[in-house]
Formats: sequence, C-alpha cells, structure tokens
Amino acid sequence: MLEIRDLHASVAGQPILKGLNLTVKPGEVHAIMGPNGSGKSTLANVLAGRDNYEITGGEALFDGKSLGDLEPEERAQLGLFLAFQYPVEIPGVSNMEFLKAALESVRAAQGKEEWDSVTLLRKAREACKQVDLDAQFLKRGVNEGFSGGEKKRNEIMQMLLMEPKLALLDETDSGLDIDALQTVAKGVNSLRGPERGIVLVTHYQRLLDYIVPDFVHVLSGGKIIKSGGKELALELEQHGYGWLTSGDNGDNGKKDQTA
Amino acid sequence: MSSQAELDNSELDRVIRSEYEAGFTTLVESDTLPPGLNEDVIRVISAKKEEPEWMLEWRLEAYRHWQTMQEPNWAHVQYPPVDLNAISYYSAPKSMEDRPKSLDEVDPELLETYKKLGIPLHEQEMLAGVAVDAVFDSVSVATTFKSKLAEAGVIFCSISEAVREHPELVRKYLGSVVPKGDNYFAGLNSAVFTDGSFVYIPKGVRCPMELSTYFRINEANTGQFERTLIVADEGSYVSYLEGCTAPQRDENQLHAAVVELVALPGAEIKYSTVQNWYPGDEDGKGGIYNFVTKRGVAHDHAKISWTQVETGSAITWKYPSVVLRGDHSVGEFYSVALTRHAQQADTGTKMIHLGKNTKSTIVSKGISAGKSSNAYRGLVRMGPRAENARNFTQCDSLLLGDRCGAHTFPYIESKHPSATIEHEATTSKVSDDQLFLCRQRGIDPEKAISMIVNGFCKEVFKELPMEFAVEAGKLLEVSLEGAVG
Ligand SMILES: Nc1ncnc2c1ncn2[C@@H]1O[C@H](COP(=O)(O)OP(=O)(O)O)[C@@H](O)[C@H]1O
Ligand SMILES: [Mg+2]
Repeated sequence: MLEIRDLHASVAGQPILKGLNLTVKPGEVHAIMGPNGSGKSTLANVLAGRDNYEITGGEALFDGKSLGDLEPEERAQLGLFLAFQYPVEIPGVSNMEFLKAALESVRAAQGKEEWDSVTLLRKAREACKQVDLDAQFLKRGVNEGFSGGEKKRNEIMQMLLMEPKLALLDETDSGLDIDALQTVAKGVNSLRGPERGIVLVTHYQRLLDYIVPDFVHVLSGGKIIKSGGKELALELEQHGYGWLTSGDNGDNGKKDQTA
Repeated sequence: MSSQAELDNSELDRVIRSEYEAGFTTLVESDTLPPGLNEDVIRVISAKKEEPEWMLEWRLEAYRHWQTMQEPNWAHVQYPPVDLNAISYYSAPKSMEDRPKSLDEVDPELLETYKKLGIPLHEQEMLAGVAVDAVFDSVSVATTFKSKLAEAGVIFCSISEAVREHPELVRKYLGSVVPKGDNYFAGLNSAVFTDGSFVYIPKGVRCPMELSTYFRINEANTGQFERTLIVADEGSYVSYLEGCTAPQRDENQLHAAVVELVALPGAEIKYSTVQNWYPGDEDGKGGIYNFVTKRGVAHDHAKISWTQVETGSAITWKYPSVVLRGDHSVGEFYSVALTRHAQQADTGTKMIHLGKNTKSTIVSKGISAGKSSNAYRGLVRMGPRAENARNFTQCDSLLLGDRCGAHTFPYIESKHPSATIEHEATTSKVSDDQLFLCRQRGIDPEKAISMIVNGFCKEVFKELPMEFAVEAGKLLEVSLEGAVG
C-alpha cells in the first residue's frame, strides 16, 4: 500500500532525505528507528504533505497514487493518518466539533455511511475509554491545555475513530509513562488487522516491547541503513546507534538495504 | 519562500475573498430629499415625521451646536473627508408616505427585501420569540408583535412613532445618555436622525420576547442616521438585537447612529449587534462608513451588556460604553471584529466606573485579514467614588496573513486606590501547524480556517442570544468563504 522508491526530500530548501526506500504491505507493522535529527519526522511529514516538505526526487506511492500530487486533506481522505510528534492546540474548537468535521469529510470521501451525532458521540466515548481519556476531553478545545501525555492519547483516540488504512505514528511513545505507554500500545494493537499498515517512528526500543513490529528499519543520514526483524531493535538497544552509524559496520549497513 | 508567506499568498487570500450576500438593491420609488444640509432640511425631516415643536427645536439646537464642532481625527483610520453636503438626509419609499396600518398595506417589494435577507416580517414566518422593527433607509417599515408586547406593557416601536405617541418618555430620556453635543457624529445625528427603535420595559417586567431592529440602507447617495433609545425601568429585563446590511456600491455611504440605553435600578439590558454593512471591495472601493455612538447608563444594581459581531463596513468607529453610575452596577462588552480587504476598524469600549462595587468585563476579539487594519481602543476609568470597583479586560488579536495590522490602545485612569484593573492581551496567527493538523484529518483549508476563527471567537458568541449565535457563526463563515476548489 505504501511504496517509497529512492525518495529525496528537502525541508525549507535543505536536503534531508537522500534516497530512501520502504515498502509497507497491508497487515504489516514497520518500525523506523534512528538517532535524533536523522529525518524520521521529515519522512512522516513528507508523506502527510506538510507545507515546505518537498519531494525533490524519487516517489512515494500510496495505493498506487503518487502522494506528491495530492493535497494533505486528499491524502487523509484516502486513509493516511499521521499521529503528530507535537500535537498542536486549537483553542475554542472542541475535540468533538473537530472530530465531526474530520469524520464527515473522510467517511464521505471513502464512501462510508455518515455517522449521526448520537453514533458519533457513542463511538467517540468508546475511543476515549480505549486510551483511558475521560470523555470530558471531547468537550475541551483540541489539545487545549492538555498535558503531553493527554495530547498523545488524544491523537490515538482520533486514529481509532478515523480507522485509517495507513497509520504513521511519530514518536507517540515520547513523554508517556509506562502505564500510558501500555494503554496507547493497546489502542494501536487493536487497530492491527490484515487491511491496515502501521509505521511506528520511534527513538527508543521500549515501545516495541508492546507493539511488536514485523520489520525494523534504521534511518540515518536520510537513508535506511539497515533493515531487519524485531530483534534488530534489541540489538540497537544493546549497542546504541553508533554501532551502525560509525565504525566498521556503518558501510556494511548502508549496503544492506532491504526495501 | 517561508511557509507562512506561502500561506498568506495563496490559501488565506482565496479563503477571505468572498462575495457579499446582502449586496442587492431593491427597486422602489423613493421620496428622497436633494443632497445638502441646512436648517430647512431639518425642518422638512421634522415635518415629514409630523413631529411636535419641541422635537424640531431640539434638532435645531443640536444643529447649531454641531456647526461649531470639528470632525475627530484621533482614530486609527484613514479616509478622505466626507462631503456632508453631497448626501441626502432623508429617503423613504413612496409607499410609506401614508404610513401603512398593517403588513397587508406594506409594499410587497419591501417585505420581499427583508425575506431575502432572512428576516420575514409576517409573524407566522418569524423566529418564534423575536419581535422585529424593520428600518429601510429613513423610515421604519413595520414593527411586529406590537400587540403581544403591549399585553406585557412593553413599548416597542420606531423612534418616530414614539416621538408622537410617547412624548413624555422620549423627552425625558432622549439625549440623557448621549447629549446633543457629545461628539461630532452624535451632534450631527441629533440634528438629522430619521429612524431607529424605541423600547420601554415597565417596572419589574421581563420582556417576553427578544426585540430586534434590522437596518437596511437601500437608496444611493444617502446617509442613514439611526437613533435608538431603550429604557428599562426598575427591575426589568430586555434582550435586544440589531442587524444591518446595505447594497454593494462603489461609493461610500455614511451610517451615523446614536444608541442610548437607560438601565434604571436593578434593570438589565442585553444589547447585541450583528453588523454586516457592505465592507467595500478588495481594493477598498465603496462600503459603509459606520460612525456610531453607543452608550448606556447603569443605575444601582443594574447591568448593561454589549455584545457585537462586526464583520462589515469600510470604516468602523464605534465604542459601545457603559457609565456605571449606580453602586453595584455591572457593565460588559463582548466584541468580535473581523476586518478583511481594505477594511478599517477602530472599535472598543469605555467603562466609566462612578459607583461603589461596580464591575466591568471587556472581552475583545479582533480578526484581521487581507490588508485590513483592526484596532481595539478601550478606556477604563475608575472615578473618585468608585470604591472596590473592578475591571477585567481581555483583548485578543488573530492575524490571517502578514499584510494586515492589529493595534491595541488601552487607556486606564484610576482615581480610587481600592480599584482593581486587570488587562490581558494576546496576538496570534492562524499557524501553519493548526491548519496542517486540520488538513491532515481530512478537513479542507477553508473549513479549517473558519473553524479556527470560530473557536477564537467562542467566548463572545456564547454571549449572543441562542438564535443569533448560529447566525453569527454563519456570517463569519460567509465572510471567510472563498473560491477554494
Ligand atoms: N523546518 C525545518 N527547517 C529546517 N530544517 C529542519 C526543519 N525541520 C527539521 N529540520 C532538520 O531536518 C533534520 C531532520 O529532522 P527530523 O526529521 O525532525 O528528525 P528526527 O525526527 O529524526 O529527529 C534535522 O537536521 C533538522 O534540523
Ligand atoms: Mg522527530
């Protein structure tokens, strides 16, 4: 469903991604790991279509459509969802109002039946419960005055309702204590299914104890320098990123790309 | 190109470039005075309205004083001098000459105009619980639900009718809050005012319906000089709403209004405005000059609350104020002012605390787009007797793009040491991040901006009567609507 070939991208004119390859098939969970500043968020933002994140070479196809040709809302309507690393506040716009607008648009585009207000409220309350967020949060402004952890749970709550085909989670684990991490992981796991692809972007291995990936990729210098199974994350945990990005293994790693 | 600049030049511009929906003209034969201002014009206006002698004298006195006054120039607005001799001071549809006794006698063309504006005047078609006075150019076309209101002792009629039918009340209160010589535009209004509404709520009566006046400017080259007077007797309550629109024209037109509110001891007046005068085009051509003096006096334990949603006018010059004369009186001002294109708004309030334990709240939300300029100007004055007076001011500006401007001019004068004054001000932009979050969730940019702006205004909208809060939200949406897609 996601096919990234030799992707080059720049942020505000500065090249960040330099030939990245990645294929995600329905039902798969991929983890993308890498040191700070390696381009993980850049990848997520390029795929979601943020302003200023420009594809300068190669391509990214989502269900056969070139993402670069689509507006951000069109990508969302096709079923691409990004859980943000830093969710922004929208004062005065209630979570519920926001969800209603989002779901109306996305469900209509996907030919799904419209949810009436009663159904929407019921589903939203269920989703809140799943991520252990009080239903009161539905009435509050989007992320307005939420703690870091509440913001992250709010992202996952939205994701559960939007039922995306492809979910990109950018550092959803950061800023969460262990209980919250488990709750969030449970939410994400409940979305796992044969139709759905999930890409977890993370700096730390610990999230992967709870959401066990099918594939792990290491991103460094704008490229994927090593790919493997879930055990790769553990090796990274033991040896640190330096194990791959410097010294003897670095060069081998770069040649060892699996798409 | 920075991302904010890119946003400014494309998305937002498209979003804020929308049509003015009330810009049509009604073709009716009008009786319009030739342009020009002199004592004879004032005599003609007074005669047309069949006014008693004292009213004419009052007008002439105002006129003579006004001739000694200067147009103010302190506001943060710029416009070429208005030639007051080039406009007509009275225009009324010919069909109104015989003063129709009922709606059946009113020209259907006029009724159709209001229907098109969403204000059907036939009672059975109206919003339940809202009585309307419809003012077309210089005359009131109809006032609905008068008999139902009369049952409660409430007087709701045009000011012209009140001058004839309730002279004792009008004489007592007209000019008692905004004196004839208060300021240049109020002076002019006092001399030439034509129509507006009069409301009297008797002691202890809670007005059974929302009252509203809808002002429509239609005729070209005319000025509209609205005069409204609301008197709430002891312990009474009334909620009143005014709406305004005008045709789309290349020339500027003047609307110089005076609104006076009197809240006697224990009374409460809630006055809401949804102002949607034609704002002019993208380049600043045309639009209404809205120069308005609105003020209320609150006696002991009385409360006056102004709520305004200002989206129209080429220039807005307006400071709805409260004189907190009585002890324990309360004044409130909730405002949303949206400017786009080349609109200029200089608006705010004055809270004059005279009594003890008086309390005022000011919440102002300014939204600027295009190359518009939006200024908040607010005065909080604590008089020497204003023991334990309190004011809270919150003044937020939201910028859409970077060619517009927001300015805040707070004036604070405290003559009593126990008075407390709190002032909070913020300026923010609709951020790329907010817009991107919405779009990433599948929401198109137009809807996203409208949602973000509405969210910004929420504290003010919740003060509007329920029927109108929805309208105001929609109006803002229409004002922000563009040709995206
Ligand atoms: N808006 C921006 N303007 C310029 N450079 C940026 C911007 N955002 C990110 N970068 C740069 O791009 C690189 C990758 O950042 P990012 O994708 O956020 O990394 P990660 O998520 O892996 O920590 C970093 O060097 C960062 O400084
Ligand atoms: Mg990141």
